[in-house]
Order: sequence, then C-alpha cells, then structure tokens
Amino acid sequence: MDVLESRIAEWRAYVGRSRTVAEPDIDELETHLRDQMADLQAGGLTGDEAFLVAVKRMGDIDGLSREFALEHSDRLWKQLVLPSKSESDSGRNSNGLIEALLFAVAAAITIQIALRGDGWSGDPSPWFARNVSLFVLPFLAWYFAQRRKLPLRQSLPTAAPFVLGALVMNLYPFDPESSTEMLAALHLPVALWFAVGYAYVGGEWRSHERRMDFVRFSGEWFIYYVLIALGGGVLMGLTLAILEPVRAGLGESVIEWVIPSGAAGAVIVAAWLVGAKQSVVENMAPVLTMVFTPLFALMLTGSALTYAVTGLGSEFDREQLAVFDALLIVVLGLVLYGLSARESSQRAGFMDVVQLVAVAAALVLDMMVLASMLARIGDLGFTPNRVAALGLNLVLLVNLLGAAWLSLRLLTGRATFDRLARWQTRYLPVFGLWAAGVVIVLPPLFAFGS
Amino acid sequence: MGGRIHIDKDLVAASATPLVLAILDEGESYGYAILKRVRELSGGELEWTDGMLYPLLHRLHRLGYVTTDWRIPPEGRRRKYYAITEEGRAALAEQKRQWAAVTRALNDIWTRFDLVPAAGEV
Repeated sequence: MDVLESRIAEWRAYVGRSRTVAEPDIDELETHLRDQMADLQAGGLTGDEAFLVAVKRMGDIDGLSREFALEHSDRLWKQLVLPSKSESDSGRNSNGLIEALLFAVAAAITIQIALRGDGWSGDPSPWFARNVSLFVLPFLAWYFAQRRKLPLRQSLPTAAPFVLGALVMNLYPFDPESSTEMLAALHLPVALWFAVGYAYVGGEWRSHERRMDFVRFSGEWFIYYVLIALGGGVLMGLTLAILEPVRAGLGESVIEWVIPSGAAGAVIVAAWLVGAKQSVVENMAPVLTMVFTPLFALMLTGSALTYAVTGLGSEFDREQLAVFDALLIVVLGLVLYGLSARESSQRAGFMDVVQLVAVAAALVLDMMVLASMLARIGDLGFTPNRVAALGLNLVLLVNLLGAAWLSLRLLTGRATFDRLARWQTRYLPVFGLWAAGVVIVLPPLFAFGS
Repeated sequence: MGGRIHIDKDLVAASATPLVLAILDEGESYGYAILKRVRELSGGELEWTDGMLYPLLHRLHRLGYVTTDWRIPPEGRRRKYYAITEEGRAALAEQKRQWAAVTRALNDIWTRFDLVPAAGEV
C-alpha cells in the first residue's frame, strides 16, 4: 500500500508542476483519483491497476493545466512571464535582463543629458520638472513593446501619448510658476503610465484579465521601486560618509550624478523585477495588503468619525485637502491591488468586510472633502487647483460608490467577486482620461495662468 | 465493440454546462459523483475526460452559478461540494430553451427527410 501512496504523491507533484493548478485544486483532483480507485478496486482491480486506470481517466495533465489556465488567467500570467523550469538553465537572457539593463541605461543617460542641458544648479528648472516623465517612461513603454513583440501598427497608440505629451508640455505658453503648469507636470506621469499600460498588455487593452494584470503589475512595480529606493538610500548615505574625508563636497557631487540616473534606471529595473521575480512578490503582496488594509480601514474610520463629530468637515483648508486626496488615492490603490491579489474563486470573507469598511470610510471622507471644496468654490470661484481637485474627488467618489455597492452585494452573496473586479477594470480608463484632461484641456481654460 | 456511439468532442463540450447544472439541480454534489451521474445518465456514451470537469466547475463558480464548500462527510474523505444558485438555475433554464430549439430544428429536418432510419431505437 505504501508503494501506491508514493505513486499518488508522485502524481500530485507532477500535476503541481504546472503553476496554473493551485494547491486546493490538486487536493480536489486527488480526492477524485482516490474515489475512482476505490470504485475500481471494489470492482476487482488491484491497487496498481486501479491507479493506472484512474490516472488515465483523469486525462493528460498538460491539457488539463491548459484548461485550468484558461479559467484562471491570473495564474496563467505567472507562467507567461516566468521562464519555465526547463528553460531557466539554458538561456539566461531569455528573461530579458540584458534588454532591461539596456533600456535602464538609456533612461539614465537621457536624464543626465536633460540635466546638463538644463544647466542644473541645485533646483531643477520648471522645464525639467514639466518634462521629467517624458525622459523616463518612453523607455519603459518601449521595453514592453519590445518584450510583447508589439507590431508597428499597435505601437502607435503607445507612442502617440508621449508625442502629444511632449508637444503640450513644450508648446503651451505656461506662465512661469503657474498652477496650470504645476498641475500638468503632476498629471502627465499618470496619463503616460496608461500609455505604458497599453504596451504592457500587448495591445489587448479591452481584456478584463489583461487590465487586472496591469493593476497587479503597477502595485508590484511600486513595491519594488520603494525597495530599490531604500537600498539606494543606504548606498548613498555610505558613499557620502566614505567620500567626505577625501575632499569636502566630493560626496555631494557624486550623489548629484548618481541619484537622478539611479532613479530613472530603477523605473525599468523594477519593471523587469516584477516579471522575473514573480514568486517573490507573490508571497509578499498578499501579506502587505493583509497588514495594511485593516490598518487603513481603522485609520479612515477613526478620522471620518472624528471629523463628523467635531464638525471640522466643512473647514478643511487647502493643505488638508491635498493630504486627504493623497490618502484617498492610497486607499484606492490598496483596494485595487488587494482585488488583483485575491483569488477569484475564494469565498467572501473577513478581508472583504475589512475592505468594505475601508471603502465606506473613504467614501464618507471623500464626500466631506467634496462638500468643503464646493463651499470654497462657491465662496471664491474656480481656480485650476480647485477644478483639478474637484474632478479628482468626483472621479474617486464614483469609483468608491460602485466599489462599496458591489462589495456589499458580494458580502450578502448577491454578486460575484468577478462583478466587483470588472467594475474596477472598466473604470481604469477614467483615471487616465482625467489625468490627460488636466494636462491638455485645463491649461487653455485658465489661459495657462493662475 | 459495436453499438457504442462515439460522441463528437465539440458536442460533449457544448452539453457539459447544462448537464452539470442539471445534475446539481437535483441536489448538491461533488466532482466524482457528478461524473458518475453523467456516465449513468448517458449510459456510458458521453465519455468525459475526468479532469476536465474541474475547470468547468471553476468557471461555473466564477460566474456565480454554483457555490462551493469543503466538507468531510461522516463516512468519507474531505470533498469539495458544489450547489446550484438561483443564477445557476436561471442559466439552466436558458440552456434548456436553447437546447430544445436546437433539437426541435434537428428533429424537424431529420423526420422530414427521414434520415434517421429508426428514431427512438438505440
């Protein structure tokens, strides 16, 4: 009987080799195998014979894992970006490391050229601040276009936003230090990130699954970027300490060189890491959302209650408004990322409740912010900043309302998780379009000033 | 080996969803039992590759047609039970309408030209 057990264990391991069949699915298949074997043995077959027949009836594993992959494209994705186990030894550059490094170096050099051209003396000029994302993100989009082997015709939708962005940023006659200029500079990276997204999904921007992949990618990219930045910070600190005794100021001048290049190159290296080191983040991402979603839920509920009770809700000042907007964006990011990391077949549970609490509290805060903003606009009229903030809050409000409603239905068992996920992926373009609107439409409306 | 009809793969695939939903409509069940019921219903003529049932069940779950529950029945091993939902019943009703329309059309034309020599006989 032990031989049979070890054979079943081998079979299990063989099925598990494919990343598209998850552990609980294998459990389910194993139960099936054992049931079948028991029936066959009752019919007179020996254990060995029963095992062979049952395995044969189960069907060929490659076909099976393909079927699972079609159903769980979130798992398939991991297979696509990772070299399969047999490949990983043979071709080291097949995972795109060399390519990624080339693009990273190109981005770093571009930043340096831009800085020299800018004649950097301490603070970057407005010109540099306006264009900084245009020095880096095209390389990321290009990298993905290359990796996904986008045909030329499909590369156009990726390239067009960059060209348009460059034209707008450099041809619009912004007043110096105007808020329209500042807003355009802030929103351009967001809009361009969606252009990168188009390349990332290989042009299949209509597909719900690919959009979810992009959300997942964005979250993981952010985690890697922060990790690299932390490591880079330690490195820079030590460099300063070591070079200072050699000559005063030497450390600073080295750092002035290294930081911009490093920050630009890391954008692409982080993107490469997301793809190549999938399984590392895979273990980290659910943990991060598990830790931070409840904490943010608590914090949001606390502040919503406090503001509601103390009645400060109507007197946010400008700085507070900005802080609240940032908070809402972080919450939305967390919710989106949590969605993308969730197994769609999981049943509604504790984490969904926590998420609903977070979303509901964010909703209350958002409405307070909106009310106070409308009051300000009523008193003082429209300014570019107020229009941008108002629009952002409306965009967030609609998203949060939908998310809260569908979460509630999910928890009461009247909607599937799929519905909730689809709501978010359908909504994604709204963020990109809004950001593009602030870059392109808002400045002329206010005569490039304020 | 005479007498056994080989049913085309596409037809098997197309009939899988209504069949599984109909079986679950009889009461909740688990993978292996569903498969046994399919064999029983079709007199062994509908030959499924066992494994393929599971991706199908997962799809039905994603669509909200079934709910799942891991349970250990008193006499057996730990199993994942599937039960049909209201949406699943609605989908089943819709499938029934579609299949009825298809079989009606096929029957019409086949009886008219008498292409089925002995309808009703196996």
